Formats: sequence, structure tokens, C-alpha cells
Amino acid sequence: MERLAFDMAHLLAGGLVLVSFMMIYQDRLYALLNVFALHALVLSLSVAWQAWVQDAPHLYITAGIALVFKALIIPGALHRIIQRLGIHREVETVVGIVPTMLAGMGLVSLSIVLMLRLTEVAGALAREDLAFALSVVLLGLLMMITRRNAVSQVVGFMSLENGLILAATGAKGMPLVVEISVAFSVLIAFIVIGVFLFRIRERFDTVDVGALDDFRGDRR
Amino acid sequence: MTELFFHPVEAILIIPAVAAALLMMLPGYRLTARLNMLASLLTLIAALFLLVVDRAEPGPYLLVDDLNIVFIVLNTLVGFSAATFSASYIGHEIESGRLTPTYVRFYHAMYQVMMFGMNLALVSNNIGLMWVAIELATLTTVLMVGIYRTHEALEAAWKYFILGSVGIALALFGTILVYVAAQPVLGEGEAAMIWTNLVAHASEFDAPILSLAFIFLLLGYGTKVGLAPLHAWLPDAHAEGPTPISAVLSGLLLNVALYAVLRFKMLMAAHPETLAPGMLMVTMGLLSLIFAAFMLYRRRDIKRLFAYSSIEHMGIIVFAFGMGGPLANFAGLLHMVMHSLTKSAIFFSVGHVAQIKGTQRIAEIRGLTQSHPLLGWGLALGVLAIVGMPPFGVFMSEFLLITSTFARSPALALLLVFGLLVAFGALLLRLAGFLFGEPTGDMKPAKASFVPMYAHMALVLLAGIHLPEPMVAWFQAVARLLG
Repeated sequence: MERLAFDMAHLLAGGLVLVSFMMIYQDRLYALLNVFALHALVLSLSVAWQAWVQDAPHLYITAGIALVFKALIIPGALHRIIQRLGIHREVETVVGIVPTMLAGMGLVSLSIVLMLRLTEVAGALAREDLAFALSVVLLGLLMMITRRNAVSQVVGFMSLENGLILAATGAKGMPLVVEISVAFSVLIAFIVIGVFLFRIRERFDTVDVGALDDFRGDRR
Repeated sequence: MTELFFHPVEAILIIPAVAAALLMMLPGYRLTARLNMLASLLTLIAALFLLVVDRAEPGPYLLVDDLNIVFIVLNTLVGFSAATFSASYIGHEIESGRLTPTYVRFYHAMYQVMMFGMNLALVSNNIGLMWVAIELATLTTVLMVGIYRTHEALEAAWKYFILGSVGIALALFGTILVYVAAQPVLGEGEAAMIWTNLVAHASEFDAPILSLAFIFLLLGYGTKVGLAPLHAWLPDAHAEGPTPISAVLSGLLLNVALYAVLRFKMLMAAHPETLAPGMLMVTMGLLSLIFAAFMLYRRRDIKRLFAYSSIEHMGIIVFAFGMGGPLANFAGLLHMVMHSLTKSAIFFSVGHVAQIKGTQRIAEIRGLTQSHPLLGWGLALGVLAIVGMPPFGVFMSEFLLITSTFARSPALALLLVFGLLVAFGALLLRLAGFLFGEPTGDMKPAKASFVPMYAHMALVLLAGIHLPEPMVAWFQAVARLLG
């Protein structure tokens, strides 16, 4: 039983890292949103598994939020925003896909080396979970840096946040996890509403953050 | 006293929360502006009561000690004067049609929510709660930065949002790591997130995890402090939002983030085997100072100029706390207070100037001391104070810091002096024409509130001439606490 609990948690957390990699090489926005929905689904399974293993029923709430809010509502809303605002359907990258993938691999190995070496006292489960979570966080950061388009930056941020939730649920008995996941959902809702309400498309004619940089105040 | 009312710790949280709800519902900007002032005043009074009443035992959520009282009193004081300034500022914005009454209502409510968030971050004894509170305060400022809904304002808000979110995400990862380090010792659940518990048992934690956690926390909260490689949001957010918010951002929110860093630094200091947090902070502080000092030369926008000056001063403060030891900590604490007061006074005056002249471009404004003597001289005093001229308080804290650093590592002190001189030259160069010479632009008389600005400058001057004995003793106690 111990063994199974460990292996399942391992499988799901590793799956999350894999899906993070899949997000890096998507070149269409719709496909990116679908992969992100998958990311959230894997996260919700992983959290639900932790809830069951740790016998912590409140974590089911976090899993539910991940499933309903992040796997269904947010991708759906972003889908509609892309349609409504007529955003370019392609992901514009700053760095090519291949160097980004290589950098991603570097980051994952870095986080695994770092966490496995560091956390010798924490239980094996927490340790490997943290290593995977840090990988997901770093891959999310990488995605935010290498994408120019506001929607894909938002997706990058959400995947980063999924990594944080994974870390928080992996740390056994951590309080406030549910509250934090709710707080993050509010934050993300704000971002998505912001993209829509600020009518970035209308005002800037693009949701390309690179174009926004041209308006830097000192060059007025 | 305490039987009739709430304990002051609760009061500084309840008053802004209730005020925010009221302000959301009440119409009319005159009424809401006054209510905003009143609520800020009441919060300030409650904060001052904290100084005299007996402190409650630290509970699972709230904590009051010597360190955070400094921050709370400063926070509520500047919060009150910024609310006073904001009342006259917003009146002008309504007349000129830049803001509609609906937005002003929203603005006032957000102001109080922000005060609530900052106060909660300062008094929370739970590192998770602290994180949530800082996130709340950040979100409300993002909304207020974007309130004008112009190109630039939206860009600034978006940049602030994305960078702030990344910072907050890193800080959360650090918080989780602290929990992971504490959990084997303190057991599962709440106990391992309560700061007083953490500090008491810090020496039993796993050192490498704690070190890694601190790096994440420093980068995460450091983004909010505006430290050099992570500062990109700060100038835009200051330049494009309403000026009262620039004053509050510079004067308060940066301090709140710094407070979080200091708390975790104390945690690190309680464990002998962790990596020394001081050197990291010294490096980031010096980098911010020198980088911002050079950036000052190319600024053309007055609010952006002072935003870079805030980065510079936060660099100095982080440097001081990084050096550590009673003297440097004392200097850092004093500098933080002086910087908050001076910088918000400067923004009060700059806000009115930008309203009268209808521009924020430095080149388009000249001879301010002739056209608007009260505003111009107030700003001149502020600039003299902020570049560190005697007899103002900033001079004293910088002098203390430089002498204490020279005694311990002259090379670092030289770098510090170099950065200060570069910034000194830049600000004088940029602002000489702005303040003196033939006046240009709109000459209409200023309908400004001078009281907050001159009150702050008077405090800074007083502190520079003579620091009252009890205050010195109090700051020394805090400096010892910081290690």
C-alpha cells in the first residue's frame, strides 16, 4: 500500500512535468489551451490522490477547484476571449522552440539535483514531490519569459501556479492550502477578466506584450 | 479603554475593512474623501495606542512586537497624510474629468482595502497569512495603477501585475519550503507556520532547505521591494497611477515587502548553519543603488525620476539590513522611516505640480519656486532631504550607515558612497532647472493641500536635528532584535 501510494503520487507529479513540456512546444493558442486543461486535470488528480493518501478531505476542495475552474472554466473563457478579440492564433515566441526545450531540460535537472540533495530529512514522498513541483514552477517561468503574447503568458503563469499547488499539497499537513488555492483562483480570474476588460486588443491593437513595450513612458 | 473598544491590533484591521465596505456603498466624492481621511486617522490613532497599551501574547494569527510597531505606526501615519493629500488631488481629477465619480468611489474603497492588506501583513504571525495579505495589498494597487485606463496606465498595470504575480509565486514557494523545513520538528498543521514558533525552534530545522527557502523568499518579496534585477514594474507603476498611490507605493508597500524579508532574515539568523543572508542582501542592495543612481540621469518624467530614486533608497536600506549589527540596523531602520516620509512628501508636491502644469515632463516645467513658491520650496526641501543634505534625517541615517560600513569593510563603503554621489549629482542636475529660473507653463495658483507635505518635512527635519531619546532607545531595541 505504501508502495502504491508513493508510485501513484510519483506518476501524477511526473505527468505534470511532462505536460509542462508539452506546453512549451505548442505553437497554436487553442492547442496550448487544451494542453493547459490537461495540465489542470493532472493536477486535480494528483491533489485528489494526496487527499486520499494523507486522509485530508479538505484537499478535495483544492482538487475540485483545479478541475472545475482551471480545467474547464478558464480555458473556455480564454477560448472565447481569443475569438472575441480576434487575437492571432499562433504563439509568438522570443526564443525558438528547440533552445527553449533544452533550457527546460536544464531547469528540470537543476531542480531535481537541488531538491534531492537538499531535502534529505523530509520524507521521500515530500522530497520527490517538491522536486517535481519546482520543475513545474521553473518551466512555467520559462514559458512566461519566452512568450510574447499576453494569453500565453497568462497560461504560463497558471502552470507555474499549478506547480505551487502541487508543492503545497505535497508538504504533508500544510495549513491554508485550500485558502491559498482559492486566493490564486481569484488572482487568475482577475488576470483573465483584466485581459478582457482592459480590451488590450482594442487599445493596443494586439495582445502582444512586445508591442506594449513601445509605449514606455520615457520615449513619449 | 480596551474593555470598551477592540484591542488596537484588531482595530487597525477592523477600521479599514469596515471603511472599505462603507466607501463602496456611499456616493459623492466629497463625502467619501472625508470618510477615507477619517478612517485613516482612526487607524493611525489605534496604531498609536499600540505604543502604550500592554501587548497581547502572540496568538496563532496576530503578533505585535518591537519590530512591527515601527512599521505599523509609519504605515498608518503616511496612510493618513496620503489620504489627506488624496482628498484635494481627487477633487482636481474630478473637475478636470480624468476620473468619473464611479471610479473615485472604487478608488477610495480600494485605498482602504490596501491599508487593510498592509496592516494585516504587518501584524500577522502566520507566514501563510502574511503571504495572502501581501498579495491582497498588491492586487489593490494594481487596480489603482490602471485606474486612468490610458495606454500607459494599462501597460504599467499589466507589467506590475505579471511581475508582481511571479514575485508572489516565488515567495509562496519559499513559504512552502519553510513549512517543509519546520514540519519534522513542529509537527503537521498550523504550528509549523507560526512565526514565533519558527523562530524559537529555527536551530533544529534542516539548514539546506531553510537556505533554499530564503533565496526564494528574497527573490519573491524582493520583487515587491523593487530590488535591481526585478524592479521593472516599479517606475511604470509610479509614473502612470494616481500620485497618492505613487506616494503610498514608495512610502509603504515597498516597506511591507521589506518587512517580510526581514522576518525571514531573522529566522535565518536564528540558525547558525544556514547560508549567511547578509551577503545576498548586501549584493542586491548595492546593485539596486548603483543601477538606479545611473538610471536617474536619463529620466524625463518627474514621477519616474522619483520612482528610480525609490529603488535607490530601497537598495540603501536593504544594504544596511544586510550588513547587520546594531549600528547598521539602526541606520537602516532610520533611513526607512526618513525615506518614507520624505518620498511621500515629494510625491504630494509633484502630484499638485503635475496637475497644475498638465504635464509630468521635466523639460516642460521650469522655475517652480517663482511661479508657485509654496509648492516649489516644499519640493526643493524634499529634494535636498532625499539626496542626503544636512540637516535632514536622511543625512543622519546615511552618515551612520557609511561610518559603520567603513569600520567593517571599507570597499563596500566606497561603493556605497559612489552610488550616493552619482544619485546626488543626477537629482540636482535634473531638478535645478525644474525648480529655479524663469517660470514656464501654466501659472494658475495652486489649490493644493500643503499641510501633509510640510508636516512630513518638519518631521524629517526634526529627526535630523535631534532624535528624541525614547525613539533612539526604541530603534536600538529593534536593531538588536534584528541581529
